[in-house]
Order: sequence, then structure tokens, then C-alpha cells
Amino acid sequence: MPSNEEIFEGVKNALVEALAVDDDEVTPKSTLVGDLGAESIDLLDIVFRLEKTFEIKIERGELIPDDIANDTQEKYVKDGKLTELGLVEIKKRMPFADLSSFETNPMVQNLTTILTVQDMCYIVEQKLNTAQ
Amino acid sequence: MHWYWIDRITVFESQKRAESVKAITLAEDHLHDHFKFAPMMPGSLIIEGIAQTAGLLLYEAKDYKEKVVLAKIPKFTFHKVHVVPGEILTYKVQLETFREAGGVASVQAYRNEELLAEGELMFAHLGQAFSDQSLFADGDMLDMMRLFRVFEVGVAADGTKLLDPDYSKRTEYP
Repeated sequence: MPSNEEIFEGVKNALVEALAVDDDEVTPKSTLVGDLGAESIDLLDIVFRLEKTFEIKIERGELIPDDIANDTQEKYVKDGKLTELGLVEIKKRMPFADLSSFETNPMVQNLTTILTVQDMCYIVEQKLNTAQ
Repeated sequence: MHWYWIDRITVFESQKRAESVKAITLAEDHLHDHFKFAPMMPGSLIIEGIAQTAGLLLYEAKDYKEKVVLAKIPKFTFHKVHVVPGEILTYKVQLETFREAGGVASVQAYRNEELLAEGELMFAHLGQAFSDQSLFADGDMLDMMRLFRVFEVGVAADGTKLLDPDYSKRTEYP
């Protein structure tokens, strides 16, 4: 099992390659979208690189639960915002994410903007723990 | 009009690798303007040809069920750009990552033994969410496989001959 530092280094390398950013731009608190300029398709690229680096499997929808984000039945999303039930579900499915500022205006389109480098490290760590 | 930027697939090993050829000819309209007195194959269309080769590999890998699109070019380098009518290019692709959501291929373009370009292409499976959208028709990719004669050379994942999944519509090759 790699140490926290090794996990961070692996995540950093994946982000540097996927997003063409400099090493020093990647800090634990950097947000993928806001600080590092990731677009939605980059998330897939990042997942592929993390899977390869750490020999783990991150399923579709694990970073951002797309069944919630793309809900058209108004169960989780109404008028572009997460419903109360949607927020409860998101907290359950994204335990790694700090949702405090998102909650003040839970526009579903902003869901990807909350992901940080630290969140990626957490996901990798959880996957490695489960694999042991 | 169809958007075909390879002429034929010559190697197709399911979930592993593929090779295709592209003959550059002065009959191609775009070469009359790119450039008027110095026709040269645009690099973007070389990438498109390589992407078509790798895209079909991913399409077959998902059992012909999901449309595939080129999602991102994480890296790509042209070592030579002067490709002219009368030359034949070989595109080689190796599937590095294959997942539910898509895949990544390492790719190269050669002129004989000379490496012209190399890089990495990322593809996304569109999934059922896009099945009703007319980006391209459902059967288009399978038709491309027939047109590029994949089923003459293809090898399935288990090492047997790759068969056209739909015999009733199969093309009779001369």
C-alpha cells in the first residue's frame, strides 16, 4: 500500500499529464476545474491515468454520480438545482467532497467544480484499501 | 459524402491493436487547396484516419453496441509533415486502456519504415444516453468495418477469425 505522499505524487503526475499543468500548480486543495482548468472530458482522462498508475478500477459515475446529475424525473434535480433528496444522496455518494459552499446554491452544473486534488487522493486511497 | 480517412484496415486484433493504410492521391479535393501548387496532406486528417482505425477497435471491443467518439488528444507529435500525393501511409494503433466508459490508444503514422507522427488518443463510448441522437446512425460504424474490410483480416479476442456480427447484411467481397 503506497504512503499518502506516494498517492499524492501519483495523482499529481496524472493531473500534470492530463491537464498539461505545472507540478507546482497541483496542491491538495487545488480544484480540478477552477484551479487546474479541467473540462468534463478531462475527468475521464484523469480516471484512466489513475487506474493505470495505481492498478485500481474507478467505475463510471463514481467521481460525479451521473444518475443523480442527469436526473430528469425531478427526483434529485429540479430547475437545474439539486433537491433536498438530491443533496442527501450526493453527500452519501461523494463522502470525500467538501460540499459546504456548493450547498448554498446547489446548481447541478457546478457539481464538477467542487472536486479537488485531495478528493482524488481520497478516492485512490479508498480503492487501494478495498483491494487489500 | 462520407468521412473516410483510411482506405483499408490490414491488421485488426480485437482489444489489442490495428493497422490501416491510407493512400494519398491528388484526386482528393482538399489537396487542391492545401496547398494550391504544393499539395500536402493536412496533419489533422492524418489524426482523423488514425482515430478511425482506433475507434473501430474500441467499437468492436464493446461488441458493436456503443458509438465511439474521439474525445481528446492528450499528446501528439508530428516528426515530419511533408506528406504528398503518391505516398502511402500506415497507421498503427495499440489499445492501452479499455474500460466501460472508453479507452486510450497509443498511435503512430509511418511512411514505409519512417515514423512520421506518434501520440495518444482518448476515446469515449457514448453509452445509451446518446443512442437516440443522430451524431451518426447506429449501423454506420459497422458499415465502416465492412468497407475497410476488417472481417477479411480480423482476429477475435479468443484468437479465432473475427466474424461479421450481422451475416444478413454482410458485404460479399470480391
